[in-house]
Amino acid sequence: MTNRVTTTQETKATTDAVRLLPRDRLADLFHALTARGYQVIGPRVDQGAIIYDQLTSVEELPRGWTDEQGPGYYRLKRREDDDAFGYVVGPHSWKRYLFPPLVTLARIERDGEDWHIESQPESPVKRAFLGVRACELAAIAVQDRVFLSQAYVDPIYQARRESVCLIAANCTQAAATCFCTSMDTGPRCRSGFDLAITEIAAGYIVEVGSELGASLAADLPLRPASPEDQADGEAARARAVAQIERTLDTHDIRALLMNNLDHPQWDDVGQRCLSCTNCTMVCPTCFCCSVTEVGDLTEQHIERQRQWDSCFHPDFSYINGGQVRGQVRSRYRQWLTHKLATWIDQFDVSGCVGCGRCITWCPVGIDLTEEVAAIRGNPS
Amino acid sequence: MMARVRPKLAVFKFASCDGCQLTLLDAEDHLLEVAGQVDICYFLEATSRVVDGPYDLALVEGSITTAHDAARIREVRRNARFLITLGACATAGGIQSLRNWGNLPEFLQAVYARPEYIQTLATSTAIAAHVSVDFELRGCPINKAQLLDVLRAFLADRRPNVPKHSVCLDCKRHGTVCIMVAQGVPCMGPITQTGCGALCPSYDRGCYGCYGPCEQSQGEAWGRSLVRSGQPVPTVLHQLRSFNAGAEDWRQAGDSLDNCASTAGPARTEEPRS
Repeated sequence: MTNRVTTTQETKATTDAVRLLPRDRLADLFHALTARGYQVIGPRVDQGAIIYDQLTSVEELPRGWTDEQGPGYYRLKRREDDDAFGYVVGPHSWKRYLFPPLVTLARIERDGEDWHIESQPESPVKRAFLGVRACELAAIAVQDRVFLSQAYVDPIYQARRESVCLIAANCTQAAATCFCTSMDTGPRCRSGFDLAITEIAAGYIVEVGSELGASLAADLPLRPASPEDQADGEAARARAVAQIERTLDTHDIRALLMNNLDHPQWDDVGQRCLSCTNCTMVCPTCFCCSVTEVGDLTEQHIERQRQWDSCFHPDFSYINGGQVRGQVRSRYRQWLTHKLATWIDQFDVSGCVGCGRCITWCPVGIDLTEEVAAIRGNPS
Repeated sequence: MMARVRPKLAVFKFASCDGCQLTLLDAEDHLLEVAGQVDICYFLEATSRVVDGPYDLALVEGSITTAHDAARIREVRRNARFLITLGACATAGGIQSLRNWGNLPEFLQAVYARPEYIQTLATSTAIAAHVSVDFELRGCPINKAQLLDVLRAFLADRRPNVPKHSVCLDCKRHGTVCIMVAQGVPCMGPITQTGCGALCPSYDRGCYGCYGPCEQSQGEAWGRSLVRSGQPVPTVLHQLRSFNAGAEDWRQAGDSLDNCASTAGPARTEEPRS
């Protein structure tokens, strides 16, 4: 694959000494990004959660906040320290900026009996994502395969993706909903970033992952990390690993699910699932969308819009007079088997990165790891 | 080319607050466009000009609460090529359908000095319970943009573009954080049809369910989950039994919760399950 996006951001083996950005110099990183014309998108507290939004300064980072998560449960909590990246993942994912929820694809004007269709490409905005987790890097890599690697490249995703700078942040803790270790995506950031940081008491241990990252690092007041700093970094990253309790057994998972399409567990979950679409909306890899033409009353001026849609929306499978998946049970089964099994056939990778968002943000707390375990425990 | 004959439009009111037909007047700039595209033949709230039917399109607001109205809606149907209902009253019986769970003689005694003058049915029911309906536009009140789309669809002979998915999908598209998960606020969004653009959750208020059940709404699963998480049954019942109390899924969900209230298990605490 000769994809510019992935080749420029491959991690290069670096023999550089481990370096540290002092804790009070985080703003220098922010300024290095804005000086290069990047709009910084990062975490901040809003609406009782840590969301991703455009930041105007490091003062907006969620210093001293963390999150507590469980199935259908999320609460902000105060930390005992003032770490800026001491949370896990929230309701937003970076896909909102790479695969936006609503875009106008074309403007269509009627001219007598003719139609004029105008479709202008977006002018790319340079965005720097600050605080990308390992599971989120994996999710971006999954969406790269979906939108860029096959016969049909999505020009909107491509333009946005190519102008992104990724500043990753290693997790120093895990939520009860995390299972990235089962999906082999984290919690350590291994590749796909420009810079990666690990937050410790003294500051931020910095790893360079690309030429852009090296150029940013050259502008920062870095000092060599002391053996204590390095030990702190290792301990912080190890703490995240140790805190992960949830597991998903992925052994032969494609065959397991596809051989159990009539398992009674699908009926059971079909009784509990609200088919509300929340899991697919918060999932950082789900990519379903629908295209609608929206006209004025005289239908002389029409906009063709693309917006996020979901396999849980009954009408999403409406074709030729009927719904292909007309029951909640069949829609849940479609989602889970696609995510964990047929995604592998389609894109040669699992659609699940183990971030746990679908568990946390399900209003009735349905946990996909439990659903799979129930099928595995009693296969039909 | 022959001049196009403008379709004849009529607007009828049954038991309702007038808010839905006001939405048509509230269309302001677009109202003139509408007036240019159709011949408004019967719309008493807007004009005293009345042209006899039959009509190409009848917009019907309100529910059926009297024997007189039950006869009148049949007459409206006979006189209309297309019949579209507007709002929660016309599509689900409205807030007044709460009488379906009450005792009508008691209400009459409590409210009216001379109850013997009141002639009313014991129930408030949707228009579709009486006559066939070509399209139901939901909401309490309806959404202006959706109403205009329904009129456009009628004029262009296409299906209205009125989505039937949950409110949640709109919250997520807008980036609104789920108040049910992040704050423990009971919200009807997961079982309610979109229409308002997910207004209430963006103001930290649970969805009231103005637009009624979304397609294949799972009212009972939603209600049971709230009760398990510690919400009192009466709170959940009050949510299900509101403007759209008479909508089939929510009526069944509420009745089922009501019947099972005494046999419900112990309430779950606020702590997360891991």
